[in-house]
Amino acid sequence: MTGVRLKSLIRHGRSKEVEAQKTMTLGKISIGAGRVRRALGLSLASVLTFAAPVMAQDAAAPSAGSYTPMKPTPGIGMPVDGGINLQQQFSPTGEYGEWLHHGLLWICLIISLFVLALLAIVIVRFNRRANPVPSKTSHNTVLEVVWTLAPVLILIGIAVPSIDLIAKQYKPAPKTALTVKVTGNQWFWTYGYPDNGDFEVISNMLNIPGQPVVNNGVREVGSKPWDGPSHLEVDNRMVVPVGEPIRLQITATDVIHSFAVPSLWFKLDAVPGRINEKVLFIEKPGVYYGQCSELCGAKHGYMPIAVEALPRDKYNAWVLTHAGAEIDGQKKPAAAAESAAAPAAAPAADASEAPAGEATAEAE
Amino acid sequence: MATTADHFQAHPEDHGHHAEHKPAFFARWFMSTNHKDIGTMYLIFAIFAGIIGGAFSGMMRVELNEPGIQYLDTFARWFGAVNPDFNTTLHTWNVLITAHGLIMVFFMVMPAIIGGFGNWFVPIMIGAPDMAFPRMNNISFWLTVAGFCSLLCSAFVPGGTGNGAGTGWTVYAPLSTSGSPGPAVDFGIFALHLAGAGSIMGAINFITTIFNMRAPGMTIHKMPLFVWSVLVTAFLLLLSLPVLAAAITMLLTDRNFGTTFFDASGGGDPVLYQHLFWFFGHPEVYIMILPGFGIISQIISTFSKKPVFGYLGMAYAMVAIGVVGFIVWAHHMYATGLSVNTKMYFTAATMVIAVPTGVKIFSWIATMWGGSVEFKSPMVWAMGFIFLFTVGGVTGVYLANGGIDDVVHDTYFVVAHFHYVLSLGAVTALFAGFYYWFPKMSGRMHSEFLSHVHFWIFFVGVNMIFFPMHFLGLQGMPRRYPDYAEAYTHWNHIATVGYMVMAFSLVIWFINIIYAFTAGKKVGDNYWGEGATTLEWTLSSPPPYHQFETLPVIGETVHH
Repeated sequence: MTGVRLKSLIRHGRSKEVEAQKTMTLGKISIGAGRVRRALGLSLASVLTFAAPVMAQDAAAPSAGSYTPMKPTPGIGMPVDGGINLQQQFSPTGEYGEWLHHGLLWICLIISLFVLALLAIVIVRFNRRANPVPSKTSHNTVLEVVWTLAPVLILIGIAVPSIDLIAKQYKPAPKTALTVKVTGNQWFWTYGYPDNGDFEVISNMLNIPGQPVVNNGVREVGSKPWDGPSHLEVDNRMVVPVGEPIRLQITATDVIHSFAVPSLWFKLDAVPGRINEKVLFIEKPGVYYGQCSELCGAKHGYMPIAVEALPRDKYNAWVLTHAGAEIDGQKKPAAAAESAAAPAAAPAADASEAPAGEATAEAE
Repeated sequence: MATTADHFQAHPEDHGHHAEHKPAFFARWFMSTNHKDIGTMYLIFAIFAGIIGGAFSGMMRVELNEPGIQYLDTFARWFGAVNPDFNTTLHTWNVLITAHGLIMVFFMVMPAIIGGFGNWFVPIMIGAPDMAFPRMNNISFWLTVAGFCSLLCSAFVPGGTGNGAGTGWTVYAPLSTSGSPGPAVDFGIFALHLAGAGSIMGAINFITTIFNMRAPGMTIHKMPLFVWSVLVTAFLLLLSLPVLAAAITMLLTDRNFGTTFFDASGGGDPVLYQHLFWFFGHPEVYIMILPGFGIISQIISTFSKKPVFGYLGMAYAMVAIGVVGFIVWAHHMYATGLSVNTKMYFTAATMVIAVPTGVKIFSWIATMWGGSVEFKSPMVWAMGFIFLFTVGGVTGVYLANGGIDDVVHDTYFVVAHFHYVLSLGAVTALFAGFYYWFPKMSGRMHSEFLSHVHFWIFFVGVNMIFFPMHFLGLQGMPRRYPDYAEAYTHWNHIATVGYMVMAFSLVIWFINIIYAFTAGKKVGDNYWGEGATTLEWTLSSPPPYHQFETLPVIGETVHH
């Protein structure tokens, strides 16, 4: 429900700070406000307000060159320094899951402390000096029934929302939903867009300065202003529209991989010879990072996932940077003609900066 | 070998002499049919394998101390790589995680807790002179050793991108088939076959012994809980290991003979392998922990000077855990694309296991309640076990939820969970059992002071290693990564420091063993006093080479 509310807020362009950062970090608690200020100062909301006028101009005529990769917000869609809890969630299932997660952690904590307290009582009251003569009690039917039934009740209490969460996660996507084909390979991801002319994006991890080259011919992380954290940033992100269900169809070409994005509560294995399908719904524009989560060979640790969620018009603009791109069945030339009418010199310059191989080919 | 058998059987009437007539060194240790000698060999083997598996985890922890690749290149050279390229270097990481898992599961915990303590004390506790099949007992042990050798060999032969099997201990297809050319994975599979065959024979041996060789009056419902735990474990082994054997045989034929059981392009299914593996793999985790439950029950009863609270509930809770353990396997596979209903079923079924486990925890506490508890070293370890296992248990309930697993599956949260139940649970139970029975096995007392120091440093160390892993996992750090984003640095560093603390505690343990053998006081039959009521305390320390030449008779009123 919160998800729906958030979505409508974004749709109506009321891009104020919707939610304070919930991600708990020990660092924040102990070191102080510096990190908090940094995170809030660059929060998504400010990115949005900045982007809003540009969006308005482009909305009428998405032009081929108007896409620049989004600069991620520190601490959003990625792990935070010394973090001890879940990453902040940006999907309806994620928010439901986070609620259940917190409930479960409290139950875990209470049970652990209860057992610890019982052990402490035993240590204090029933040690050899305090209680020299042991009792010989070895049965108490009432007690045994209670400690069997109490866990049963707790588990039923957990099972109800838990099963509900599973059901919600697996609601199939509406027929009209955009389909994105995700394919795991040793050791990179490819993203296919069958509803947009079936172009394909190849996504490689950016090389890390000072470390051996992971992907030949790919630049180093930090060389572009929009680059996110090392180990997580890629050359070409999976770009999707925000605020609408997306049908992800996931498979692999060689061994099993797993497509996982923690801040979107998403993890589904990419199994060769199978297509796994699940809905992805992202509530806020932003960049959300994940990593391959099934051991897939040598560079298993070096095939991250970067999902960039954009408003539909910006998404369309990104689509049009690819060869053979279509929007709503319309081929690109029509859109390109429109954009040619508009002065597109500056965006075109952006496009040449864009690292996407397909994008540069098409911008010419 | 025939001579040895003749030697034992030639003069069955000559009891007094026979009991202490030990064969010469080679015949005693290489052709052994004595359950205590085989148990000792299992324990020594497990310590040896544990040192290697533990060294591998140390290599992983130094690499994970900070982001980037620092030491893997050197490690790759140790496994025989000449000027390793980056893929070979990274492959070495996968070899380390694979070997660590396989060694700790199949060649450390299982040999120690079932082969070691099980062999030593199951016959004694039921009043039997030996195991039912002494020579099969011997081959069980040597097959385990052979399996270990095969696993070590695999590290030095090609396994795809580098030397060694880099498939993870789960050996998932197709990474283990088309993804890993070269003989390393075959050696690894062979290692599992050998160890598995040894364990199946061990299981048959325990079941036969416990059903047929109990002393007069030792009814099933009077057996000590450790015997119960080994009985349930033996059934789990007997029913689950053949499934593993089938699965890895199918891997072998997929790899070498062109079958396509797990290859979709030939009509097979990679997920089928996971179903088969976890049908074995989930009972396997109970195989590792159930004998630990048994050990803890004995210790708590002994040092509380009270009989075990709710004996029947305790015994049948283990049976229930064993039975339910067979129908929850797919909770390891929530991310593979199971159908919604399947996921719901496995969520519900998995949570059921918390009920008998809760019965055990509460019964242990109730056993101590009202007791006159003496905090000797085994008791301190046992109480540590209860707390650590509880922490691992509650995160198990957390992970049982298929909807939650979508975010923590294959992250460090899972690593934290299963190390809390195994590294901190099963291993703590092993140390508890070690301090409980070491004087009985060796005849010499260890230092109680060093044992307590060992416990506290170990306790701090393992919690430092594994508790921060919960944080890392919730923040999304995936398992089986040699390198990570900088945000994960802090807790990884703490874990590496924790490893060093834990390793230091093991040094104290070794010093304690040396102390016991060189300066330890000789102990009598029952060095723990009135609370120790099971049959091993009626024998000398160490027990005679052949005990119970005259079977003990268990009275009507005796209960454990």
